Amino acid sequence: MSNSANAIPIRGAQRRPDWLKGWLRGETWLAWLFILPSLIGFITFIGVPAVRGLFISFTNWDLLSAPKVVGLANYQKLLNDPQFWNALRVTLYYVLLNIPLQTVLAVGLAVLMDRLTQSIFVRGVLVLPWLIPNVVVALLWLWMLDPQLGVVNQLLGVFGIGRQPFLGSVGGAMPSVAWINIWRHAGYTALLIFAGLQTIPKDVYEAAAIDGATERRMFWAITVPLLRPVLVFVLVTTVIGSFQIFDTIAITTKGGPVNATRVIFWYIYEYAFNRFQMGYAMSAAVVLFLILITITIIQMRYLRSDESDLA
Amino acid sequence: MATNASALTVVGQRRKGITVGRALAWAGLVLAIVVVLVPFYWVIRTALSTKVELYANPSQITPPGFTFGNFARVLGQVSAADSIAAGGSGQPLHFWLYLRNSVIVTALTVVGQLFFSSLAAYAFARLNFPLRDKIFFLYIIALMIPGIVTLIPNYILIRTLGWLNTFQGIVAPAFLMSPFAIFFLRQFFLGINREVEEAAKIDGASLFRIFWVIVVPISGPPLATLGILTWIGTWNDYLWPLLIGPDENVRVLTVALGVFRSQTPQGAPDWGGLMAGAVLSVLPSILLFLVLGRRAINSIQFSGYK
Repeated sequence: MSNSANAIPIRGAQRRPDWLKGWLRGETWLAWLFILPSLIGFITFIGVPAVRGLFISFTNWDLLSAPKVVGLANYQKLLNDPQFWNALRVTLYYVLLNIPLQTVLAVGLAVLMDRLTQSIFVRGVLVLPWLIPNVVVALLWLWMLDPQLGVVNQLLGVFGIGRQPFLGSVGGAMPSVAWINIWRHAGYTALLIFAGLQTIPKDVYEAAAIDGATERRMFWAITVPLLRPVLVFVLVTTVIGSFQIFDTIAITTKGGPVNATRVIFWYIYEYAFNRFQMGYAMSAAVVLFLILITITIIQMRYLRSDESDLA
Repeated sequence: MATNASALTVVGQRRKGITVGRALAWAGLVLAIVVVLVPFYWVIRTALSTKVELYANPSQITPPGFTFGNFARVLGQVSAADSIAAGGSGQPLHFWLYLRNSVIVTALTVVGQLFFSSLAAYAFARLNFPLRDKIFFLYIIALMIPGIVTLIPNYILIRTLGWLNTFQGIVAPAFLMSPFAIFFLRQFFLGINREVEEAAKIDGASLFRIFWVIVVPISGPPLATLGILTWIGTWNDYLWPLLIGPDENVRVLTVALGVFRSQTPQGAPDWGGLMAGAVLSVLPSILLFLVLGRRAINSIQFSGYK
């Protein structure tokens, strides 16, 4: 059959190549109709802007006159700006204050819930802070941590500890910001980890208990290895989010006091929207993006996210 | 004996014997609940206090000088002069306007994103078409691009379009898709049985009809999950609506609270008013959460499985 087709060349419709056949099926047009809105959204607000952003970083542009191509000058200026390095250092400090404590608290809470109670009330309460906007959470703690009237200082006074300036001091500002975000995210993160814990079969623990394994040993030998994919996912997303801290800073410290909380996102925001140096701000954003990609790849590699030990 | 007992507690829910370890564990959990709930109480307590009493009795546990005045002030039921007398800035806080704006922005985003993302997800899950896998791969890549990369170009785009201070400007980037929504729904559609859809196809139903009449009605749970997550995310968003819609007529609640905060008189901020505004601005989310109860919590848990 195919031989004869080859022997006698048929012209026209029957000889369409395979790729063209795909395009001419009725289903194809329908499918494209289905994905068209999403494709428009993707191209307009993700695909093109990502590429355009890179181009903008090679220009000087104040949005009033035409952009002027300056090559790598923005990056050169960036790397020579001590304020940029300060922003990176301060951001890293924040991530280190935020992530370890938050993750440990979240794992702890998740394990406690997993062992003690399936109560929807407990889970509901713990996730409550996450339902509240960053802006409101920041206001709430700004009030509670107020140097004069804040309830935290009143409480410290009861124990004979003097007033703390918290957000108002160079040393206290960043730990306070970190605490505010831990308060908002620990319960939510615990809920994600709790969902992961629920997938570990209970009979694994029962077998270990019968063999006389202690609580601690079971945690390290069973829970942690079996939970690894969820933990890696949680770590990757919280670290990426943590590097992009903005809302809390914008409401509480605005980068102060004396640059102590002038994180990278605030640095970019100031250059882009207060000074309208779009090219320079974009080059800082590109650098932040490269840092985030690198960290994500390292985390994925090092923690082997794709393999579960639950075989 | 001791090790034996602690090992047995691990088996957990089935054995209700009270041990030291178990009591300590409960104590930890209760402590966490207290740490979460006390700030909520303190916000409400502050919102119900008069300014003078609040400054005089900073550590009183019940609201000092109990009043609903702060709420009335935030809701615009008090004249500017009385408002200043009560410790406000006298600047109007058009709560109902900002609430309306937040509802418009959030509702448009949730409805648009869910509808268009589920259409696309259905095509990716069920239909064969050229470039399908390549486009889907692009969407997966987009899932990993942090917001900072597209923030400035998107701001410039909206500005160029003349959409600053419009609802379409605030809503546009999230209206037609979210990579996560498409990815999430595609996973769900791949898991449902094809038979009913194929029977309907043989009976001559159009593809859109199959999608709308058969697929959407059985997709309630994942759509609700996404709806809740998108609602919370959009309602709580601050930076994008701050950049695109600072004007009164499109200003959302989070932006309004930021403005309110910067307007408060230096030295003696209007904490009562701020806290009353904070309470009112989170009520819709909390109510939604209470109404949906268990489903909402399960949905949030679900969000870990990208």
